[in-house]
Amino acid sequence: MSWFALTDSEWVALLLSLRIASVATLCSLPLAIITAMALARGRFPGKSLLNGIVHLPLVLPPVVTGFVLLVLFGRRGPIGAFLADHFGLIFSFRWTGAALACGVMGFPLMVRSIRLSIEAIDRGLEDAAATLGANPAWVFVTVTLPLMLPGVIAGAILGFAKAVGEFGATITFVSNIPGETQTLSAAIYTLTQVPGGDAGAFRLTIIAVVVSMVALLASEFAAHSINRRMRAA
Amino acid sequence: MTLSFQAKQRLGVFELDAEFTAGPGVTALFGRSGSGKTSIIRLLAGLSRPAKGHILFDGDVLLDTEKGVFVPKHRRGFGYVFQDGRLFPHLTVEKNLRYGMWFAASQRKSTQFSQIVDLLGIDGLLQRRPANLSGGEKQRVAIGRALLAAPRLLLLDEPLSALDDPRKAEILPYLQALRDEMRIPIIYVTHAMAEIARLADRVIVLRDGKVGMSGDVDMLLNHPETVVEMDEGRDAGAFVEGMIADHDDRYGLTTVMLGSQRLFVAGTFPAETRMARFHISARDVMLATRRPEEISALNILEGRVESLRPTVPGVVDVQVNCGGALIISRLTQLSCENLALSPGKDVFAIIKSVSFAPL
Repeated sequence: MSWFALTDSEWVALLLSLRIASVATLCSLPLAIITAMALARGRFPGKSLLNGIVHLPLVLPPVVTGFVLLVLFGRRGPIGAFLADHFGLIFSFRWTGAALACGVMGFPLMVRSIRLSIEAIDRGLEDAAATLGANPAWVFVTVTLPLMLPGVIAGAILGFAKAVGEFGATITFVSNIPGETQTLSAAIYTLTQVPGGDAGAFRLTIIAVVVSMVALLASEFAAHSINRRMRAA
Repeated sequence: MTLSFQAKQRLGVFELDAEFTAGPGVTALFGRSGSGKTSIIRLLAGLSRPAKGHILFDGDVLLDTEKGVFVPKHRRGFGYVFQDGRLFPHLTVEKNLRYGMWFAASQRKSTQFSQIVDLLGIDGLLQRRPANLSGGEKQRVAIGRALLAAPRLLLLDEPLSALDDPRKAEILPYLQALRDEMRIPIIYVTHAMAEIARLADRVIVLRDGKVGMSGDVDMLLNHPETVVEMDEGRDAGAFVEGMIADHDDRYGLTTVMLGSQRLFVAGTFPAETRMARFHISARDVMLATRRPEEISALNILEGRVESLRPTVPGVVDVQVNCGGALIISRLTQLSCENLALSPGKDVFAIIKSVSFAPL
């Protein structure tokens, strides 16, 4: 099994990928919930525009998304410069930038999944909670949020899987720096470009398949157990 | 307790323009579907907002569109039992019941929890999830949940309409106990006469978004024609009231004195009940000109025809005075002519005991 032992640089790429995907998922999740709420429930001008913008990363070539991020969040980009000056938050050529790119790419998947589960909620239950004395914030926390949980979990896992596999936007935005921005996908790509790298590429590919499979199974399991609790057998 | 309600609202072609007051006890809002009952109860609960209106509860202004007052639904302190129960599917029955207790201003004592759980007979269900409950059980839990939030007023929106007859019979005694023991004023929305007969103190009749008539339920006892007018549909009939004379446990029958005549009713009443009120559907009453013999029906009442009133072509509602109680029988024109019925004629009214049961 020695051929399966990961080299140090492969370990680094794997752990970095998991860290980037986790940060990307956790940071974008609250924003995805708010956006999904606005799209599912809100009535405001520019709703279809917001819907379009949210879904853009899904339909644009990833390279284009990466380039837009570079223009906006780069050291001299309008948002990037502001964040660097005021919060010391630098994205360009850092792992944080990779997390941003992964978060943006996974965002539409999360929003779609969460939005569907919000739209499936019987609003009558929220009315019932209100007549029992719960103010809108409590209604959200005790009724709406638990009922949309299957969608939130499914969305988070989809977003995580997408983040682990993200390639085009990340490499365009933050390049391919080993130990800083070289994720699993970028490492596989690099290995395929050098002679004798096939074995390493193969090892990482298997890991990518396992991570994705575990994520999918976890999402299925979570959705199933929540459904069983609510609809009960 | 006094509640005064006045509102104007347009929803498409439907226009609500109603005004009424309600006091303690059970006030029934009666009307067919589309008459505006549910619109009114939603306005009371603050679930919708009218174009023009005014709601006052014990000196507390809940809605005044002219002054821009609108107390939101979670601050009205009105319990609401929905037609479909609306239990929270992600919580156990016990957590559903305790939900409103978190928010109730005056913390209810735990004795009250067990008292209400006992009253509704749901102590065996506490650890179950709503998905595992029958329709009747769900509705009882929903009533308990509304009660435990310590409401100032309880709004019941056709709580029995989603249930079949045996389930209705299962819940009705709990509603009667609730009325007699909890001393919370109740607004009860329904389109079933039998429920009004068993539960209501006052009735407000709605027709096309307007209040047709209103008054004590006694008004319906003394004026059967209003009952017919209230409900020209399948449910037309008469209200009667009588003293409970006897229970026969062996046959599950209750004897009720209707003036000088005895009436056998299938089913039993809570032990302390002395007067019983029923709705006798006109479709369940047959007439004969001679006393029938060897017939299964237990109730054969002597009476005299008061009036005949054609409803739809070929159908006549015959009003019969049975020792003071007015009963209505719905017959075909043909039967009427075969028996030569006319005001003043002596007849026998035949009513099957089971037609009172379970409501």
